[in-house]
Amino acid sequence: MASSNEYEEGPGERESGYDPNMVPDSVKSFVSHMYRHIRDKNVYEIHQMCETSFQSISERLFKDTPWPSVEAIAPYVDNDHVFCLLYREMWFRHLYARLSPTLKQRIDSYDNYCSLFQVVLHGVVNMQLPNQWLWDMVDEFVYQFQSFCQFRAKLKNKTEEEIALLRQHDKAWNVYGVLNFLQALVEKSCIIQILEHDKDGLEFTETDGYDFSGGSNVLKVLGYFSMVGLLRVHCLLGDYHTALKWLQPIDITQPGVYTSVIGCHIATIYHYGFATLMLRRYVDAVREFNKILLYIFKTKQYHQKSPQYEQLLKKNEQMYALLALSLSLCPQTKLVDESVNSQLRDKYGEKMMRMLRSDDEAFGIYDELFSYACPKFITPSAPPTFEEPLVNYNQDAYRLQLKMFLYEVKQQQLLSGVRTFLKVYSSISLAKLANYMEVDEPTLRTILLTYKHKTHSVDSDGRIISNADIDFFINNDMIYVVESKPAKRYGDFFLRQIAKLEGVINDMDRVKLE
Amino acid sequence: MGVEIQSPQEQSSYTVEQLVAVNPFNPEILPDLENYVNEQVTSQTYSLEANLCLLRLYQFEPERMNTHIVARILVKALMAMPTPDFSLCLYLIPERVQMEEQFKALIVLSHYLETGRFQQFWDEAAKNRHILEAVPGFEQAIQAYASHLLSLSYQKVPRSVLAEAVNMDGASLDKFIEHQVTSSGWIVEKEGGSIVLPQNEFNHPELKKNTGENVPLEHIARIFPILG
Repeated sequence: MASSNEYEEGPGERESGYDPNMVPDSVKSFVSHMYRHIRDKNVYEIHQMCETSFQSISERLFKDTPWPSVEAIAPYVDNDHVFCLLYREMWFRHLYARLSPTLKQRIDSYDNYCSLFQVVLHGVVNMQLPNQWLWDMVDEFVYQFQSFCQFRAKLKNKTEEEIALLRQHDKAWNVYGVLNFLQALVEKSCIIQILEHDKDGLEFTETDGYDFSGGSNVLKVLGYFSMVGLLRVHCLLGDYHTALKWLQPIDITQPGVYTSVIGCHIATIYHYGFATLMLRRYVDAVREFNKILLYIFKTKQYHQKSPQYEQLLKKNEQMYALLALSLSLCPQTKLVDESVNSQLRDKYGEKMMRMLRSDDEAFGIYDELFSYACPKFITPSAPPTFEEPLVNYNQDAYRLQLKMFLYEVKQQQLLSGVRTFLKVYSSISLAKLANYMEVDEPTLRTILLTYKHKTHSVDSDGRIISNADIDFFINNDMIYVVESKPAKRYGDFFLRQIAKLEGVINDMDRVKLE
Repeated sequence: MGVEIQSPQEQSSYTVEQLVAVNPFNPEILPDLENYVNEQVTSQTYSLEANLCLLRLYQFEPERMNTHIVARILVKALMAMPTPDFSLCLYLIPERVQMEEQFKALIVLSHYLETGRFQQFWDEAAKNRHILEAVPGFEQAIQAYASHLLSLSYQKVPRSVLAEAVNMDGASLDKFIEHQVTSSGWIVEKEGGSIVLPQNEFNHPELKKNTGENVPLEHIARIFPILG
């Protein structure tokens, strides 16, 4: 697959050759208009061109070939260095989406990102770009890194040429490089301090990060999105604690710049939810998944025409699976909205029933849902040697996370059994319960301690929080069951009814009787 | 590794924490992080952030992994229970490393603690003295976790259950209980010798703060026109 010709098309799909130097008229006009809009800082027009024009031209002319080479279009944009970097960024993104990139192309794309980020970090960029594009850059950067790690780990069918290239370009998509770029963007943009300051004045959030005083939004917003990028990379590495730390400056209980781009909003909550699930903070995970799934349910119709629609649907499905997992490990009654709940029951109702049993079938379902919904974990290190025998190790990272997750599930195996009994009794002696559960008393004590330990998580501030919907305490040999009653919100109920009654009375007053 | 003088020790741990916060993706800080682990062991301190940072660097450059240090990190994480730190560390350690004897033993110990099986834990710990005795404060940390778990679950706990959980009996158990009586408010029942554990919201449901009923003033304000 690798060849010295940089512009080789994907595995033998096209009959006619692709000429990288052929620039159709629509492309000429596209790049010159785009160039002009960027110079004039017409953010709205740039956004339209990225989202709509680029897609329709791709659909018409470049369905399975790359766009014209950057050298070919450069004359139409005054050979502007920065524009060429931006064009190449879109060029590679198109390539990854429609074709299979070769190793050389992957390496070149990394070099392009390096050049682009260097320019931004040196503070010489004076553009105003749409948030969608800036998010796409960071998102694609992380995606290509993930894709490269997966690609590199599949050693088995690599040609000698590819292995030589890999050995030679060991800096390309190096994990240190990727992480340091993301961190540099966060640092140089001072975004953390800006967000701190924002709390008083909301200046940054109010304008969605755009700079209406003649400056540039690029560094600041790239810095902002890089925090989400770092959240994502750390999830891919399996470091959930640090992943959440990087997200901390962003307040996900409020709308913010992250909600200005639907792709970013979903990526943020998906990774936040997954990380909290792995940290065993199930209630937090359920709460956030519920919010985003409700949001998607209400707004997805508005994104049907968007190029991100398919991704949106996929993430939606994955989050339902994660919600099913969270609720199976930590049943909650009042945290899930009715519309989300009914969707959940449609998709996973039966599987959730089966997960409550502690048999092999249940494990199979936990495995299935986790594997479907988890991120594509990576092995960040280069292979220590490229000598025979070459094996594929791209699944290693995923297997480890799955194993750890199922291990946790196994430890919680007996808890659903305890819960069933606790629901039925208000108090029961240890001896009796041990008898019903067919275990001896000391074993029962350990099961009860496990229940307490697993249902009481440690939150980010180190405090103990109870997640248990059913709880108990033991007095020597007696168990007393405590059902956590959901707070009956009488106040809210009365307020709603008062308003409703007033509405009915007003309607009646309007009826004129003959 | 133990540094007697206070200030250089403080200074170096301050610097390492700073490194982790400011420059975490830098292979050159690896030796500092390794030294810091040893420092945590001898000075009975703990830093999850620094240890995760080191485990990440080992993930980036597996040839530099020092399994001896990793084992120490895991023991410190065990001592941090009930936090899930042990799992957080395991997420970053490759499977084939976890298969080594010392790690298998630590995983078994963690399993017993996660499932409240203190008797099996102390038996297994006795078989692995060489790993555990290298880390001062281990026994006390686990005993603290045991007390914590019992406090979540029991209003009154039989003496035998407590004895098993903290691996003490006779005179040393009496001393332990005495210490808890003065420091944590434990009470020993005259008859039967059960220990009454201090009240908290987890073993005394009536103490649970009910936050559900508060109605904000703005909501009431909305119906003032109707009421007026």
